[in-house]
Amino acid sequence: MSGVTLENVWKRFGTTEVLKGIDLAFEPGEFVVLVGPSGCGKSTLLNIVAGLETLTEGEVRIGDRVVTHVPPKDRDIAMVFQSYSLYPTKSVRRNITFGMEMRGVDKAKQDKSVADVAALLHIEPLLDRKPAQLSGGQRQRVAMARALVRDPDLFLFDEPLSNLDAKLRIEMRTEIKKLHQRIQKSVIYVTHDQIEAMTLASRIAVMDQGHVRQFATPDEIYENPADLFVASFMGSPPMNILSGRIVDEGGLAVEVSDEAGPVRFPLPDPLARSVAGAAGRSVKLGLRPETITGRDGQQRVADLFAFERRIEVIEPTGPDTMLITSLGGEELIARVRPEDRAQVGQPFAFEVNMAKAKLFDAESGRRL
Amino acid sequence: MSGATDGIVRASGAGSRFLRILLFALLILFALYYLLPFFVMLATSLKTLDEIRTGSLISLPSSLNLQPWVEAWSGACVGVRCDGLQPYFWNSVLIAIPGVAISTFLGAIAGYALTKWRFRGANIIFALMLFGAFIPFQVVLLPMARTLGFLGIAGTLAGLILVHVVYGLAFTTLFFRNFFVSVPDALVHAAKLDGAGFFAIFFRILVPMAIPTFGITVIWQFTQIWNDFLFGVAFTVGDSNPVTVALNNVVNTSTGVKQYNVDMAAAIIAALPTLLVYVVAGRYFLRGLAAGAVKG
Ligand SMILES: Nc1ncnc2c1ncn2[C@@H]1O[C@H](COP(=O)(O)OP(=O)(O)OP(=O)(O)O)[C@@H](O)[C@H]1O
Ligand SMILES: [Mg+2]
Repeated sequence: MSGVTLENVWKRFGTTEVLKGIDLAFEPGEFVVLVGPSGCGKSTLLNIVAGLETLTEGEVRIGDRVVTHVPPKDRDIAMVFQSYSLYPTKSVRRNITFGMEMRGVDKAKQDKSVADVAALLHIEPLLDRKPAQLSGGQRQRVAMARALVRDPDLFLFDEPLSNLDAKLRIEMRTEIKKLHQRIQKSVIYVTHDQIEAMTLASRIAVMDQGHVRQFATPDEIYENPADLFVASFMGSPPMNILSGRIVDEGGLAVEVSDEAGPVRFPLPDPLARSVAGAAGRSVKLGLRPETITGRDGQQRVADLFAFERRIEVIEPTGPDTMLITSLGGEELIARVRPEDRAQVGQPFAFEVNMAKAKLFDAESGRRL
Repeated sequence: MSGATDGIVRASGAGSRFLRILLFALLILFALYYLLPFFVMLATSLKTLDEIRTGSLISLPSSLNLQPWVEAWSGACVGVRCDGLQPYFWNSVLIAIPGVAISTFLGAIAGYALTKWRFRGANIIFALMLFGAFIPFQVVLLPMARTLGFLGIAGTLAGLILVHVVYGLAFTTLFFRNFFVSVPDALVHAAKLDGAGFFAIFFRILVPMAIPTFGITVIWQFTQIWNDFLFGVAFTVGDSNPVTVALNNVVNTSTGVKQYNVDMAAAIIAALPTLLVYVVAGRYFLRGLAAGAVKG
C-alpha cells in the first residue's frame, strides 16, 4: 500500500494554465476526495497521477517511487471512469479479465479472480452480457469490478457515480465506502458532489481554478473553511455570506446595513479577538443555514442572537423547512423545524448561534 | 442484423396502408428503372448473333445460349492473344486483393494513430492526407510513372498495387479517422491502464469496434481498384493488364464481326466481383448502421 505525493505540479495546455502548482501528500490507505467546480482541473490532476496526461512541471511519487516518467501500465493503479469506458465488443467477463490477459495471468487464476469479484459486486448473472445490455448501475459495478480485480496499490475514481440516478447514487456511495473499509487501499476520488465528498473522504482537497484551496478532513473543511470559496462550496444549502462592517459598541459586532434598518450581530469571544481593534473594517459574515433557526430551535447556548425578518419563500424538505429571507441585499437561508412553519410575507423571529459564525476578510476572502 | 426494428410500433389504418403501398410502388418503379440496362445486357449475352440482329433489345432470348460466356471467359481475342478475359481477370484479383488489404490496414492504423495517439503536427498531416483525396487521377500519372521506374516495378502488378495503395490511403485514412474520432478517449485510457500497448489496443479493442468501417472501406477500395481503368492503362503492359483494360480491348477489337453477345458477357464477368463484394461486405455495412457500434 502506498501514499501519493504531488510536488509543485503544473499543467499547461498551450497557453492555458490548468494546474498551477499543486502540492499534496496522501497517506497510504487514505480515501482522498478531490472536489471543485467544473473545469477546475480535477480530472487533469487524476490523469496525471494515472500517467494518462504528462505534466508540464513538478513531480509525482507513488510510495517512494518517482513515477513522473513511468507509463500508466507500470504504475500499479486501477481507474474507474465517469463514463465507465467498458470495452463495447467484449462480454462483461472479458472486460474484467482483459487486464489480466495483457499481463499474462494464467487462466485458472483469472477465473478465480472473476468469480471472487463478481460475487463481491453481485454481477454473476451479467458475466456473459455485452455492456450495451446493462443498465447504468450495472455498468458502474462492472467498471468497479474491472478495477478491483487488478488488486492495485492505488484506486482512482473519476466521478464514478455522476451518471446514476439519485437513489442508486446513494446506494453505491455506501457500497464504495464499505468496500474501502474492507480492502483498505489508497483511493483518490474525484467528484463535484460535495455530499459525496463529505461522506466518503478521510480528507478532502477543495480545488478551484487549478489551485488547492484547502486540504483537510471533512469536519475541518466544514467547520473551519480556509476561505470564502471553500465555505460557500461545501454545504447544502450553501453558507449564507453577508457583507458587513465591524463596529464596537460595548463589545464587537458585525453591522449589516439593510433598508429595514441595520442588524448588529454580536461577536462572541474567539471571533471578537480575531478582529480586535479593527472597528470600521469591512468583513464577510458566514452563517450556515442550520445555525439559524426559529426561537427555541436549538440548545440554549450563550451566544444566541435573535432578530426578525420578513419571510419571502418557504421550502419544506421533509425533515426541515428552509425559510428564505433577505438581509443587506443578500439572500439568507435558515433551516427551521417543520412545526415552525411561518407565513410568507409575515415577520419571523430567527435565532442564530453566533459561536458557529465565521468571519472572512472582505478583500482576500481569507478566514479571519 | 435482425431485431433492430422489430419492436417499433407502426401507425395502422387505411390512410397509412395506402401510403405504404404507394411507397412500395415507387420503390419498385425505381428498381426496375435501374435494373433495365442490366436485364438488356444479360438477355443479349444469352442470345445468338442472329437473334440479336433480328429481335428487339428487350426481348427474352429464345434459348439459353451459353456459348458467348465461354467465349468471353476463355476464347475472345485481346490483341493477338485469344485466351479470353480469364488471365486478366486473375490479374485484377491479384491486384485488388493485396491492394484493398494493404490500403485498408494502413488506413486503419493511420486513422488510429491520428486520433488516439495524437502527436505534434497530427492535424497538419491529416489535412495533407485529406488534400490527397482531392488530387485528380491525371495529376499523379507522370510523377507516379517516374517513381515506379525508379523503383524498378514499372509495368508490373506490384507497381499497380503500389499505385492503388498510395492513392487509396487518403480515403481509407479518412474513413477510419472519422470513426475513431467518435470512440471516447477514455476507452483507450482504460486499455492503457489495463496494460495494453499501441498494437494491443488497436487489435484487441478498436478493430472489433470498427468492423462496419472495415466493411465500408473494403467496398469502397475494392470498387475503386477493380473498376480502375486509367491507372491500369498507364502502368501495366499487355499481359499484366487488369480486366477493365482487357474488356476494352475485347470490345474495341477491329477485326471480324462485332460480337455483341460476347461483349455483353465479358462486361458482366468484369463487373461481377464488385457486385459480390457489395453483397458480402454490405451486410456488415448495414449492421453497423443499425447497431450503434460505439454504445457502452
Ligand atoms: N486537451 C486539452 N486542451 C486544452 N484545454 C484542456 C484540455 N483538457 C482539459 N482542458 C481544460 O482544462 C481545464 C480542466 O479540465 P478538467 O477536465 O481537469 O476539469 P474537471 O475539474 O475535471 O471538470 P469536470 O468537473 O467538468 O469534469 C478545463 O478548463 C478544460 O477546458
Ligand atoms: Mg472531470
